[in-house]
Amino acid sequence: MAIQLASLKSIPYFSGLSDATLAPIAKYVFEKRAERGEILFFEEEPADVLYFVVTGVVKVFKTSADGKEQIFSIIRPGDSFNDVPVISGGKNLTSAGAMSAVTLNGIKKKDLEVIIKEYPQVALNIINVLSRRVKELMMLVEDFSFRRVSSRVAKILLEYTGKESSERPRLTQQEIASMIGTAREMVGRSLKSLEEDGAIRIERNRIIIADQHILREMAGVS
Amino acid sequence: MPENPIIDEAKCDGCGLCVSVCTCGGLEIKNHVVTSINGVKCGWCAMCELVCPSGAISCPFEIIIEDNQD
Repeated sequence: MAIQLASLKSIPYFSGLSDATLAPIAKYVFEKRAERGEILFFEEEPADVLYFVVTGVVKVFKTSADGKEQIFSIIRPGDSFNDVPVISGGKNLTSAGAMSAVTLNGIKKKDLEVIIKEYPQVALNIINVLSRRVKELMMLVEDFSFRRVSSRVAKILLEYTGKESSERPRLTQQEIASMIGTAREMVGRSLKSLEEDGAIRIERNRIIIADQHILREMAGVS
Repeated sequence: MPENPIIDEAKCDGCGLCVSVCTCGGLEIKNHVVTSINGVKCGWCAMCELVCPSGAISCPFEIIIEDNQD
């Protein structure tokens, strides 16, 4: 199936390129479709293909030894994934799965190397994309190292709880993320962790504080 | 208590990502805007909120203390 130039133009890797430049690049690009729930690749497999999302949503995640899944990022149309291991060589650093029916564009590692050598503008674009990725990862490192996100989420839950029906505020995970200056994904992960520790219970659209003492301890408040 | 995710139609650009990830089939695009389907009970997984690029859909949680605590 022919790759649409318009769809390639929306990808940061190829921004600023003319149709005349994109047309030969498009010959290296192939299309892949997957259904919701399908795993696109696994961590530790050889990293052979760089992917771009055309339609749908992809999650990039790692699975712990005890089977817990941690989502690192959500990839929406126009964004790429698996860049780092494909460019640096080696194995996939994460797994990736389709959160919906997805259409992807892919470029094999060997073809990407040809494109980079022939089209310097693409190399500059890739540097921009990877720089942005490094910034995002630095924020994650900061969250893990210094901020103790679970502790801050615990504090927010204690501050925003109410016993009477009229007093009960409602917060989205995005709002909690904004309040404590972290990524939305980190809040979801922290809530899971607080639930596993027995501090809270999540029942549909209610976060129930099951054990105030544990939650206060985690929040670092007496 | 909200039974369905809250939709801000002004922010929705009709991209449909939320519909594509919704596992309970509770969302649809009507006239280029996402809308909840009546009668479908949302499981509140909040994936629609997570994937929405424009912040048009939200799944707020009520935060309560369990009754048997002081």
